[in-house]
Amino acid sequence: MTYNIQYSRFSDCSILIEWPAVIDDFMLEKILNFKNYIQNNYNKQNIEVINTYNSILVIYTLAIDNINDEILTFKALFSEQREVVKSESIIWEIPVCYDNEFGLDLEAFSSSKKLSKSEIIRRHSKPIYTVFFIGFLPGFLYLGGLDLGLSLDRKTTPSLNVKKGSVAIGGQQTGIYPQDSPGGWHCIGNSPVELFNSNKNPPCPIKAGDRVKFVSIKKAEHDDLLHLIKMSEYQLKSIYTNA
Amino acid sequence: MLRVLKSGFYTTIQDIGRFGFRAYGVPVSGAMDSYSSQFANAILGNTKDAALLEITMTGPTLHFLEPTIIAISGANLQPKLNNRSIKMNVSISVETNDTLSFGRFYSGFRAYLAIKGGFLSETVLGSRSMYKPITRASILMNNDTLDYKSSDNNQKKLNAHVKYSKDSIETDILDVYRGPEFNKLSIKRQKQLFEIGLSVSKHNSRMAYQLEPVFKNALDPILTSPVLPGTVQLTPSGQLTVLMRDCQTTGGYPRVLQLTEKAITVLSQKTTGNSLKLRLKDV
Repeated sequence: MTYNIQYSRFSDCSILIEWPAVIDDFMLEKILNFKNYIQNNYNKQNIEVINTYNSILVIYTLAIDNINDEILTFKALFSEQREVVKSESIIWEIPVCYDNEFGLDLEAFSSSKKLSKSEIIRRHSKPIYTVFFIGFLPGFLYLGGLDLGLSLDRKTTPSLNVKKGSVAIGGQQTGIYPQDSPGGWHCIGNSPVELFNSNKNPPCPIKAGDRVKFVSIKKAEHDDLLHLIKMSEYQLKSIYTNA
Repeated sequence: MLRVLKSGFYTTIQDIGRFGFRAYGVPVSGAMDSYSSQFANAILGNTKDAALLEITMTGPTLHFLEPTIIAISGANLQPKLNNRSIKMNVSISVETNDTLSFGRFYSGFRAYLAIKGGFLSETVLGSRSMYKPITRASILMNNDTLDYKSSDNNQKKLNAHVKYSKDSIETDILDVYRGPEFNKLSIKRQKQLFEIGLSVSKHNSRMAYQLEPVFKNALDPILTSPVLPGTVQLTPSGQLTVLMRDCQTTGGYPRVLQLTEKAITVLSQKTTGNSLKLRLKDV
């Protein structure tokens, strides 16, 4: 399947490449494929390339002299790229404790969705989510694949302080707050894992295109993991699969 | 080393920012007014990425413990060395035990204090720019100490031939490109955007500048998409917000305009109540 792709100047020093405005795993693969190809084959100057659901943004360190030339370069790269056969994809296992202590909104969520807590936990920890990109906060994963039976509009008044590690649902999205932050999503649990550490490079172990699975853990295990993480003796578990 | 006797209203260490970490959701940060900050560094013969102080509205009081050379550009906050007025946009020799202070702000909003060789604060993810939680501190505090390399303050070799352009500080015109969602506005609204008189609201920071008045529109939110410093977002309630250097890497509001790099420097020197005009840049 081919998509209609548009190239345009975004700022003095960036070019935006856009696909149709949909959230789609298959399209994401095409976008990430092209992003990789640009990163490996564009060598005129230093650039930074990021993606979201339906865009790639190419950012230069200097103002772009000839925008048409640059756009033609990317169009040429697009047509010469080969389909990379994806050999493996990473699934990260993220432990989540869904106890009331952490799932501050779980009770309210349960009554507005008319689902028992255990059913919410079952449905939330069942899917394998796709990481579309990272944004909003350092290390905040935009995940696709939420069970639509769990979707619930964001809070009308955001909470002023959502705790680091909070696992939450907002609209049709779910995510983990990598730091304390104001936020309008419903908190249903907490993960002890560190999704962002500015002293490491890369600062976030997970990247766009990876997959994520939540694993329900007990409070005692949450405490143990927190301790191990503090001592830097914990590594996030990952499984490689042929996807 | 120097000691911060008074930190001022909002003083931070900045350089040209973090390049290459946006894919992890890390804001680029860096000096708000890239022209003035690079000018101050250039006077001293510093590299472009040397760290300097970004001083906002009310300046700090700094006590130097080693000789060096400094230069101040950007907003005129009436700098004084040992209580005597000093010039801006030239190199100034500083002796051990000299004290730098500032008076009332006279023009512009952000001044830049460059030091020979740059400030040697911690580098995190390729930059010394302060941004919490990437760096431990978000602003300078009283009694902080800042390291720099002690330097011969004999100025024979330093002369700046280039003249500082006050354009960023004196103009109120922001040059803009059409943003990705600009064409979703009706033709009438598109025209209006360039005709209404805009001003800076009290909500302005390194992260974003909100503008007044409210601009009615019928645009829907978009799929979360890339944004940059200078992106002008328009919310359903009509809030025009210009994202600045510490902004998030992605956003879900329609991106109606994009400021040029020059326009970002112009806006960086504006504060609450200042008026602005938008001018469409032809591409």
